Amino acid sequence: MPLELVANVTLAGLLTGLVYGLMALGLSVIFGVVRVVNFAHGEMMTIAMYAAVVLFAAFRLDPFVALIPVAAAFFVFGYALQAGLINPFITRPEHTQFMLVLAVAIIMVNALLMAFGPDARNVPVDYALESFSIGPLLLDTVRVYAALAAVAIAGGLFLFFKFTPSGRAIRACADNYLGAKVVGLNVKKYYALTFGLGSACVGAAGCLMVLLVDVTPLLGPGYTLLAFIIVIVGGLGSMPGALLGGVLIGISEALAGLFFSPSAKSMFSFALLILVLLFRPQGLLGKRP
Amino acid sequence: MKALLAATPKRALFLMAVLAGVLLALPAFANAYILSVAILILYFAYLGQAWNVMMGFCGQLSLGHSLYVGIGAYVSAALFVHFGIAPWIGIWASILACMAAGAAIGVLAFRFGIGGVYFALLTIAFAEFTRIGFDHLDWVGGSGGFFLPVAQREINDVLALRGSPAMFYYVMLALTVAAFAFCTWLLRTRIGYYWQAIREDPDAAQALGINTFRYKMLAVIISAGMSSLSGVFFAFYYNNLFPEQIFNMSRSIEIILGPIIGGTGTLFGPILGAVVLTVLADGITELMAAFGWEIPGVKQVFYGTCMLVVIVFLPNGIWPTLARRLGLERREGGPHG
Amino acid sequence: MAETLLSVRSVSKSFRGLRAAAEVSFDVEEGHVVALIGPNGAGKTTCFNMIAGALAPDAGEIRFAGRRIDGMRPDQVCLAGIGRTFQLVKPFAGLSVLDNVIVGALRRNSHVGVARRKAHAVLERLGLEGKRDQPASALTLPDRKRLEVARAIATEPRLLLLDEVMAGLRPTETDRMVAVFRRLNEEHGLTILLIEHVMRAVMALSREIHVLHHGELIASGSPDDVVRHPAVLDCYLGEEAV
Repeated sequence: MPLELVANVTLAGLLTGLVYGLMALGLSVIFGVVRVVNFAHGEMMTIAMYAAVVLFAAFRLDPFVALIPVAAAFFVFGYALQAGLINPFITRPEHTQFMLVLAVAIIMVNALLMAFGPDARNVPVDYALESFSIGPLLLDTVRVYAALAAVAIAGGLFLFFKFTPSGRAIRACADNYLGAKVVGLNVKKYYALTFGLGSACVGAAGCLMVLLVDVTPLLGPGYTLLAFIIVIVGGLGSMPGALLGGVLIGISEALAGLFFSPSAKSMFSFALLILVLLFRPQGLLGKRP
Repeated sequence: MKALLAATPKRALFLMAVLAGVLLALPAFANAYILSVAILILYFAYLGQAWNVMMGFCGQLSLGHSLYVGIGAYVSAALFVHFGIAPWIGIWASILACMAAGAAIGVLAFRFGIGGVYFALLTIAFAEFTRIGFDHLDWVGGSGGFFLPVAQREINDVLALRGSPAMFYYVMLALTVAAFAFCTWLLRTRIGYYWQAIREDPDAAQALGINTFRYKMLAVIISAGMSSLSGVFFAFYYNNLFPEQIFNMSRSIEIILGPIIGGTGTLFGPILGAVVLTVLADGITELMAAFGWEIPGVKQVFYGTCMLVVIVFLPNGIWPTLARRLGLERREGGPHG
Repeated sequence: MAETLLSVRSVSKSFRGLRAAAEVSFDVEEGHVVALIGPNGAGKTTCFNMIAGALAPDAGEIRFAGRRIDGMRPDQVCLAGIGRTFQLVKPFAGLSVLDNVIVGALRRNSHVGVARRKAHAVLERLGLEGKRDQPASALTLPDRKRLEVARAIATEPRLLLLDEVMAGLRPTETDRMVAVFRRLNEEHGLTILLIEHVMRAVMALSREIHVLHHGELIASGSPDDVVRHPAVLDCYLGEEAV
């Protein structure tokens, strides 16, 4: 096995992993704050990918540009979902909310199936086949751009939470629901805001992802599971953790695909999940509860 | 038993008698299509009850139950195809294998305090892991599928599970009735009470002396063992097994839909849910075929919508409300117990 | 005559640097009713949780009938003979009142029929027999508190830990509860350790009182002594009395 091949595959996995990380970041933000298990996360990602496909097919809109309206639309959708459907159920037991979102996910996947059929679609941009070469390494252009965009968006989100009043308020709600209410924060509004932001992340990630893989309606559940694995491995409540988890999963998937077989790549992700749950349940960068 | 009968309202007993009569006589007057739908209903009713033991009774959410169906199916099928071992013997191996799988998940989860959503995710991970594993297991056909030799349909050999659709119907009916009786009995034992206590409030349960680890393990193992039987049935009824289908997450979701819609934690819920879902889903498929529409995914959208509607408006499922309306509620307790 | 049933020796517990309990030591003699009082945050519930097995002490030992129980799981502690109630009641909301108590009775009576008979008897004693078929979620707060006590008593404990059972009750209800506990203690020899803020109940029931403040035991003795103790008056200045 030539070293260049391993290095190239690893790098490709790392770059893809950063996009995974952005997707997982959305989930981490939602789960970490609102404590809703967004079982529709992967399905939302898939919808975002289809949105990019449609916008490109109709308007020749480059996904990097389509990212903006798609993320905005997802923000609105996420806000509405939380405010309209989930917020009223906040006092119900955990598994009720979980089932609720699961039901929404099932509807989404199959609505996509009905609308687009099972065949794979993609976004054939002009630069899809270009690549950078740095010494012996060969990096796909799209992958590099997508990874950079993912990091930029993640960075923006990080700054939002650290420095803006809304961001700080959201962190307060996450840390202490009762305390936040006592202080007078409109927790339900911030929950909706958070779901909107998390959804926007997914929307953006989807636009980036469709440049790297073809989309079918059935990708949804796989991405949901992947997002959860990344969040758990990286650590709940940790934004860098989501990116780190994404990179780890991206690399392990790539290497598993290289050394074993393409279908075995998820097995390693699951094995990693089980190991983390057993030995370090707070994740690599998470805080011990 | 006598106390049970005495506490049940006359109306309910009458309805149950009528239902029993219809169920027993069904193959005599139903055509092949209705019989196959009936078998499907019973299959999901049975499996729903098995899942309900874990979730409805003990409060542990499993979203990877297809794992047990798949293992049950493959173990008995492999023993039959490779070693000629008849299913009524192979069934025991299936049950043991599934109990072991359930125990493994239980130990991993409960020893390390994994519950709720994380537990559900763990069950999904195990099912998916096994699906991919079986895809690569050539001894049982791998992703290409595992096939059982189809025997003639005229000769009914129950112990070998070879025979007519009517035979399969009665087998599934017997299993469903047995499961119902078993669950009814379980709920009235100490195990049943302890499970419900754990479901309602694990901390309070512990303070009353309940070893929550032991009883949660028991719930998982019993649920897994029960589920394995439907796997065996599946293998010998359909005669072909594909990892992509049998371990698929969609199967796991189908399993839980019945109990959720009918009412988790109740005895009739899973059965009612299976009936409602299968009948309506089939109705939709028929309706669409009549119009000449062939759109994949409609059935699942329907399932999802049902689930949504039930969770929002009838969070305890259809059965509790229905039972109250029809006056079928059993009077609990009494000074003589 | 009275043997030491519960012995708490130099027990300490800290949470991330905050000392909730600091070398607390006290005994509870068999057949006595002992109260643990102190301002909020004094460490009373922490002590309870350590006795009941919900928390493990950082240091010290706890002995029950001579056996060490610190570090045991809550269900093992119950098996050893200690029952407890929770400050914020935890009824099994989806089960009937009777079923709630049956769960408790099943600890010592594995046959459901026998457990049911015993549950009826306990409900009778606590005045809840008339509501036995109601779902626990439908009960008022005072009834939920009685249910909590009934459930714990059904496990046939030698020692009952009561955590602020009188909180939120009107004076008449408080008096009724006090009467129930007094009967349990005098007729059935049940040893009781209670955390209470309602001094009316404390003074009516207790034989000894231990006072906690900032995790430390600052006074112990008979009710009359403790009520006059300078350190106690100091920390309770402004608190509700009688």
